[in-house]
Amino acid sequence: MYHFIVFAPLVGFLLAGLFGKTLGKTGSQLVTSGLLVFSAILSMFAFYDVVANGNVQTIAVADWVTSGSLNFDWGFKIDTLTAVMLVVVTLISALVHIYSIGYMAHDPDNPRFFAYLSLFTFAMLMLVTADNLVQMYFGWEGVGLASYLLIGFWYKRPSANAAAIKAFIVNRVGDFGFGLGLFAIFMVFGTVYLDPIFAAAPGQAGMTFNFLGYSVDILTTICIMLFIGAMGKSAQLGLHTWLPDAMEGPTPVSALIHAATMVTAGVFLVVRMSPLFEQAPIALMMVTIVGAATAIFTATIGLVQNDIKRVIAYSTCSQLGYMFFAAGLSAYGAAMFHLFTHAFFKALLFLGAGAVIHAVADEQDMRKMGGLKSMIPKTYILMIIGTISLTGFPLTAGYFSKDMIIEVAYASHGAVANFAWWAGISVALMTSFYSWRVIFMTFHGKPRAPKEVMAHVHDSPNVMIVPLIVLATGAILAGWFFSGSFVGDGYDRFWNGSIFLIGQNILEEAHHIPWGDILGKWLPTIMMAAGFGIAYLFYCRGGDLPAKTARAFKPVYNLFYNKWYFDEIYDFLFVRPAFFIGRVFWKIGDGLIIDGLGPDGISAVVVRLAGRVRKIQTGFIYHYAFAMLIGVAALVTYFMFFRGGI
Amino acid sequence: MADFPILSVLLLIPILGALIILPIRSAEETGNRNIRQVALLTTLATLIISMLLLGNFNNSLAGFQFVEFYPWFGGDTGFHLGVDGISILFVLLTAFLMPFCILASWKSIQVRVKEYMIAFLLLETLMIGVFTSLDLFLFYIFFEGGLIPMFLIIGVWGGARRVYASFKFFLFTLLGSVFMLIAILYMYAQVGTTNIPVMMAYDFLPEAQTWLWLGFFASFAVKLPMWPVHTWLPDAHVEAPTAGSVILAGILLKLGGYGFLRFSLPMFPIASSELAVIIFGLSLIAIVYTSLVALAQEDMKKLIAYSSVAHMGFVTIGIFVVNTQGIEGAIFQMLSHGIVSAALFLIVGVVYDRLHTREIARYGGLVNNMPRYAVVFMIFTLAAVGLPGTSGFVGEVLVLFGAYQASTWLAVIAATGVVLGATYMLYLYRRICFGPLDKPDLLNLKDLDKREFLIFAPLVAVVIWMGIYPSFFLDVMHASVAELIANYEAALGGIAAVGQ
Repeated sequence: MYHFIVFAPLVGFLLAGLFGKTLGKTGSQLVTSGLLVFSAILSMFAFYDVVANGNVQTIAVADWVTSGSLNFDWGFKIDTLTAVMLVVVTLISALVHIYSIGYMAHDPDNPRFFAYLSLFTFAMLMLVTADNLVQMYFGWEGVGLASYLLIGFWYKRPSANAAAIKAFIVNRVGDFGFGLGLFAIFMVFGTVYLDPIFAAAPGQAGMTFNFLGYSVDILTTICIMLFIGAMGKSAQLGLHTWLPDAMEGPTPVSALIHAATMVTAGVFLVVRMSPLFEQAPIALMMVTIVGAATAIFTATIGLVQNDIKRVIAYSTCSQLGYMFFAAGLSAYGAAMFHLFTHAFFKALLFLGAGAVIHAVADEQDMRKMGGLKSMIPKTYILMIIGTISLTGFPLTAGYFSKDMIIEVAYASHGAVANFAWWAGISVALMTSFYSWRVIFMTFHGKPRAPKEVMAHVHDSPNVMIVPLIVLATGAILAGWFFSGSFVGDGYDRFWNGSIFLIGQNILEEAHHIPWGDILGKWLPTIMMAAGFGIAYLFYCRGGDLPAKTARAFKPVYNLFYNKWYFDEIYDFLFVRPAFFIGRVFWKIGDGLIIDGLGPDGISAVVVRLAGRVRKIQTGFIYHYAFAMLIGVAALVTYFMFFRGGI
Repeated sequence: MADFPILSVLLLIPILGALIILPIRSAEETGNRNIRQVALLTTLATLIISMLLLGNFNNSLAGFQFVEFYPWFGGDTGFHLGVDGISILFVLLTAFLMPFCILASWKSIQVRVKEYMIAFLLLETLMIGVFTSLDLFLFYIFFEGGLIPMFLIIGVWGGARRVYASFKFFLFTLLGSVFMLIAILYMYAQVGTTNIPVMMAYDFLPEAQTWLWLGFFASFAVKLPMWPVHTWLPDAHVEAPTAGSVILAGILLKLGGYGFLRFSLPMFPIASSELAVIIFGLSLIAIVYTSLVALAQEDMKKLIAYSSVAHMGFVTIGIFVVNTQGIEGAIFQMLSHGIVSAALFLIVGVVYDRLHTREIARYGGLVNNMPRYAVVFMIFTLAAVGLPGTSGFVGEVLVLFGAYQASTWLAVIAATGVVLGATYMLYLYRRICFGPLDKPDLLNLKDLDKREFLIFAPLVAVVIWMGIYPSFFLDVMHASVAELIANYEAALGGIAAVGQ
């Protein structure tokens, strides 16, 4: 069963990729989508089998590498954590495949698109099922590749190509950290397999080793390096710059890869490695701080962006920040729960945004939308559902998971947890504001699109709407339905040891916050309502309140609008110097110094020789060969002579 | 099979092919066609024999197999051949790449076809000779002899600045060889034989080891090439015809790495351990420096040439950390790079044949009218950046595993090469394949034809096979590498014991 779940997308990729022309558009769509639907159905059975029957197992698949004491093979580790990811990945992927049949209908490159989608799914499944870290790295880089290919899918656009490369390289910076963590783990534990590492982790707690000449705590160092990998993949502060640009890819890609699945791989990694992180409190603190800071920072940018997809992209960064600080506070269940619900409502929002873009002739700038409410009512309602879930409207999925995280921060002690709580609360306000801003700017008010565009605005075909309805159902019900298992009373039975904890489960304490505690229980909801109110005031009452505010806080507005100038700073610090130094090394290092000082004397001779050779160039290869032969003969003679001389 | 002189046969087949070609008149087109076909068949025959060789090779033995010995100068100096788990893989690599060279030259070489093919066939014999020699003298002849056809290939069939490039190539490599020759002569005087297995068992004095090591190092460092004696490589590649670049990158660069494994480590273990720090320093510089230089290149072949230097930096690190992962990774990296860089040069050759320029800026948007080409190019780009699932990953990651155990600094700096490598390769790919197809002379470019497709298909298959099931190759080398390391450690341990 697991073989089929994981390899069906690979088969789909190979079929659509190699025989795309023969299969044609419809053929490729059906093959890849069909295989994924099967994969998704089987994943649900698998989920049931693991959660209800407790059927936790490891499955060996095939040999990979053995070198001395280092060994890693292909295999699956199936536990609750994997099962949750299997369901998320295959379900969202299947829905996105189906949705894309409608969304990409007019694109000439359908087989390629569907092949890439399936390739991505395969790599993601290899990542979440890995029983050793090298296979996880395989999936990790594999999803990076698929992301690169899909961001650059419309390869004629220079901006798409630039975004694709940026995504790959920024991710590689993160992978650099992952890789070093991996090498360190092998050196310390003598294996790259998860189970033995977890078993040996407590023995390494508090021990030190030499890293770059310093004596440092082993597990803290390893965890920080792994977390750098997670930061790259999950677009956390510092390594986040690729994600907004990644919106150059087709919208279904943004939904699948850059919202629901791939970007959550970093969270998955931290949760998966909880037996290590739990032994490394400093690393956990770092996870919390980075997560909370990312949540605030990217939310501020989201406030002022005008591209509908970019707002949602920044929102994704911000929500990932929530997941990380939950994990950092040892509330791994809450992190996974938010990952789970987020997959539904964020995929819904992205695909809904896709339906909007589809309706207004590929326009993404919200300033050129407005007034679409009555023209695409189905999309409108679905987007509203996504929004209330994201902002945490009571009893929706987002309410359960996000408020849980904020309550965890409230219940935790210490300055870091305090910071996380403040971040969580302020981000709740900002999230609500920018989400409703999207709704109001897109659907309400007067139409700002040209007349001829407005004339063609229509709701999407059913093949796109039905997946949205499935996601909307999840966005409303997933929280209520699964909250008990992920973070509630069923926690221990549900996770069944796949998440490791030291000491008191912080989720327990969070549950004990009394309903009378306004700050702890009600503030997130109040913030949600406030955000809605401000957005309404700004964007529904007409008037020029937004413009006035922007003018009044011009420096701040500019800072947010220009994304805190991260791209410019990186360009200045890394990109330009790299090219500049490259040129200097090439022209001066190689050209002037090495060739100049070294073989330049010789080189002058060469030129003279070359001149002479040109004169005596007879045009017969034999002459050259003869000259060379004499050289060798001389050598041999010398050798024999020398030998005889002894 | 045991008594069949398979290695001699392997050496003789290309020469035989060359002898058949010799009398064919290459003036007419039919003659040229016959010449090409004979050359192709010869290289294919060599490939088949070398596969038989691997098929009959016993993976569990560490020592030399298929040993042949024909006395030459008397004593135990002679025509002494044999392969172990390390060298057999390089024999296979050589035999595997040669048919591609012939095929790649099918249309692009139209003048002096006969001489060209003979040069390649002789080169094949010489390269196989290098990897199978068990006699130091024989090794030296093959090692230096390989220079001659390569020099001719660049100097006669090369580009506009071929004379400069071929002389630069020749001088650099010869300069290194002089030191090696002196070292060899000294060793012969010491041991009284040029028998390699005997020499491997001989304990050279620690002081002598340093000088001998440096002598060999001079030659191998140029061949690899290591920074700063790498500057001949970009010039040689740029001027060489496509097939010349393939052999240069695919096989000649591996001679240095092979030499370190066959001579420096086993014969001069003490010097190796003391001087490894030089290797590490130069390798790290190579990785960072040449990666940055590659980023700034405007010529496709130069870019790939510089990337080769960076990749070879991983190889030298892997060899001199002397642990299983490091050395096996280095060998695997050499095999992988042999195929991937060869393929990349073939890829450059495809568009060079059509447009006769290697200038990156002249291209752009090729994916629009050459989709198959773009796919193949993408696969090898990914292999070059070491994406898991391709051969490039296995070598690189094993070397880094090994390097981390030796020194964290080593691993951290080397790993930056992984980021930089992705940058220059993807940047190259983007400039050539992606973007709109708006340059007028690109509009009529044709996608890969059948011959070209047949060239790339097996290369793609091997690169992915090596990435997913590398055990096939790793199993061959395990025993020999284990023995190499055991002897190395024993030698060091012995000295330490004496020192106490």
